[in-house]
Amino acid sequence: MSDAAVPAKRKGFRISPGALPYVLSLPALLVCIGILVPFFTAVAYSLQRYRLSQPWARRWNWGENYWNFLSDSSFWNTLKVSLTYAILTVGLELVLGLCIALLLQKRTRFNNFVSIMLLMPLMTAPALASLMWKLMTNPGFGILSYFASLIGFEDFRWASDPSTAMLTVVLVDMWVYTPFIMILLLAGLRSLPKQPFEAAALDGVPRLFVFWRITLPMLTPYLLTATLFRVIESVQQFDIIYAMTQGGPGDKLTVFQVEAYLNFFQSTNVGRSAALLMILWVITYVLSMIFIKQWLKLRERQRGEI
Amino acid sequence: MYDKEKQLIDAYMRGTVSRRSMIKGLGAMGMTAATASVLVNAAATRALAQSGFDWQKHSGTTVKLLLNKHPYTDAMIANLDNFKALTGMDVVYDVFPEDVYFDKVTAALSSGSSEYDAFMTGAYMTWTYGPAGWIDDLNEYIFDDAKTNPDYNWGDMLEGVRKSCAWNGQPGGELGSDDAKQWCIPWGYEQNNLTYNGAMLANAGVAVPTNIDELVEAAAAAQAGNEGIYGIGVRGSRSWATIHPGFLSGYSNFDQKDLNVSDDGKLSAAMNTEVSKEFHRKWVKMIQDSGAPDWSTHTWYQVGTDVGAGKSAMIYDADILGYFMNGGGNAMAGELAYAPFAANPAASAPTPNIWIWSLSMSTFSRQKDATWYFLQWASGPEHGLFGASQMDFVNPVRSSVWEDAGFRKRLSDAYPGYVEMHDVSAPGASIKFTAQPLFFDLTTEWAATLQKMVANQVPVDEGLDELAESVDAQLKDAGLG
Repeated sequence: MSDAAVPAKRKGFRISPGALPYVLSLPALLVCIGILVPFFTAVAYSLQRYRLSQPWARRWNWGENYWNFLSDSSFWNTLKVSLTYAILTVGLELVLGLCIALLLQKRTRFNNFVSIMLLMPLMTAPALASLMWKLMTNPGFGILSYFASLIGFEDFRWASDPSTAMLTVVLVDMWVYTPFIMILLLAGLRSLPKQPFEAAALDGVPRLFVFWRITLPMLTPYLLTATLFRVIESVQQFDIIYAMTQGGPGDKLTVFQVEAYLNFFQSTNVGRSAALLMILWVITYVLSMIFIKQWLKLRERQRGEI
Repeated sequence: MYDKEKQLIDAYMRGTVSRRSMIKGLGAMGMTAATASVLVNAAATRALAQSGFDWQKHSGTTVKLLLNKHPYTDAMIANLDNFKALTGMDVVYDVFPEDVYFDKVTAALSSGSSEYDAFMTGAYMTWTYGPAGWIDDLNEYIFDDAKTNPDYNWGDMLEGVRKSCAWNGQPGGELGSDDAKQWCIPWGYEQNNLTYNGAMLANAGVAVPTNIDELVEAAAAAQAGNEGIYGIGVRGSRSWATIHPGFLSGYSNFDQKDLNVSDDGKLSAAMNTEVSKEFHRKWVKMIQDSGAPDWSTHTWYQVGTDVGAGKSAMIYDADILGYFMNGGGNAMAGELAYAPFAANPAASAPTPNIWIWSLSMSTFSRQKDATWYFLQWASGPEHGLFGASQMDFVNPVRSSVWEDAGFRKRLSDAYPGYVEMHDVSAPGASIKFTAQPLFFDLTTEWAATLQKMVANQVPVDEGLDELAESVDAQLKDAGLG
């Protein structure tokens, strides 16, 4: 028999079948380590009295940082401000995003062009958007201040007044993120089956009734997805608020991330900063779980499993 | 360089010819004052090289710096080739804008990184960096004859400025005490005084204010007497930086303090005294009546640019803001004037709180001796004079630079009244805060309280009592009260 008839033995590194699953999951494991190590480090910091400026006083205080929050009015203010901000931004963005998506639902060249144009703010970094808005709301030369004066608000102080600071940052958030919700809901609307709508049209069902009874229920998974993403992001808001007011005036906008950032980078109070972020993590986790459960339930219902 | 010119400059370096005569002589030889100063600086570098000190000891070493984007940085970079020629060392640097600069410093130091050998800092920051063990006590180098050139002349540094960069690490410890560690070397500094637009005050028919009551009235009158401007620019953002400039300068002029230090070293809030409340009331009224409409977002940047653009009649802030806004492409270039300001009518002189851009050495540096060579050159009299007379390295921290006739003339010609303002307020200029590790917590809360007062969310008396209560609780919690 000639040599050519013998199949050439493959050279190179070979992974045994037993080890293959572990090797394949290695990247995921590494990513996991990259997430878990900082996470548990932060957990450890949150259980310590740890100020960089007082290294001699560093010690484990276990739950004291958390316990102190109970009697700390600034913590409760932070919680209130963060949740208010998240509810206002997500609620308003959902309504506005849905309205715009409904207006652009029909596939026409104009609607497609407008939907692409409306995505522009989403491509702007939130911190830059804030600086842009800061200029537009400047009482001396800001275009928005000028418009406000035209409609009778001569001395409207936007983010620098405690009574309008929240409104101002919510407006910036809406400007940046409403397109995100709009595009998600637009995709949902355009993918809905046509038959129910055609049947309703044949039966002469009023449009409002169609919206409440057909469109909205069928769109709910998309609404939940959009809400989940936005709630997680807005409860962790930092850049818009910090760039606009650094958490002020007073403590009107001291959301979790701003407070934690100032605690670490300015006060070098690592323990309190980490504890604040742990609380934020718990809030985010709980909200995510609620939304995901609702989303799964809805999906099962749509499949007729319940 | 031609021999005649070289001889003239060398004669000046030896002290046998005055600076004025030298510049006059060089002018006669067809040389501009700017070129003359560059040549003088090069001659000064040559003179340093000949001083007997071994500047070449660390030749071949590279030092890395972390720097803030600032005219002081620009002045240093412009003169860096002379340092490289003098020492045979190389210097590399990263420059960051101020918005992110201190985050970068904190991140670099807290991680124990040896990437940077030295960095720019403010004296307040060293109250965190020093106790944390991130920076070295520079006394170990300054007073070591083997490491410091004999012409460094440490005693030439303005006393209040020099002492403000030294602290013994004890919460409440006096700055510049005998046992203090020199955490940083002063580089350039800012006093807080008045910069005003003379034409606007004249329009309103008001004189330059000389105390807080006059300031409140003058700001309101200037606003009323000029179309489309506000009366006075002061900082208002929710930051420690709102407290330290004009506000604390005026406050301390009434002998008021931020904290009390008891005999046993315990700290307690001192900002809710009757005198303090009265001062706060006036300050709040001034902002409400004639401050910027968006005062609560104003940092040094808005304060400066507004007076430079003719949007405000005056500022009670860093004098160098007034300096920079009186030149360049600013609308009000050449229109601004300066005045020392003592808020208390009974005070004999101003007592400005100061901000000091300084240089510190990282504990994690692996080439500390070489780094010290750079630090002593950058904070030395030669570079100080070069920067002050050729660049915008103002305010210089050395007496010799302030005494230099050429520098004084240059400043007086371009910025009338600036030198006089400095001379009047310099003796009382120092850091007025109590050095302690919670500095940023307490001053940020103070600024937030001020914002609430201005917005009428809380009355001044009640706000200060609440602030004092909160400060005491925080001090106690940190084991300081």
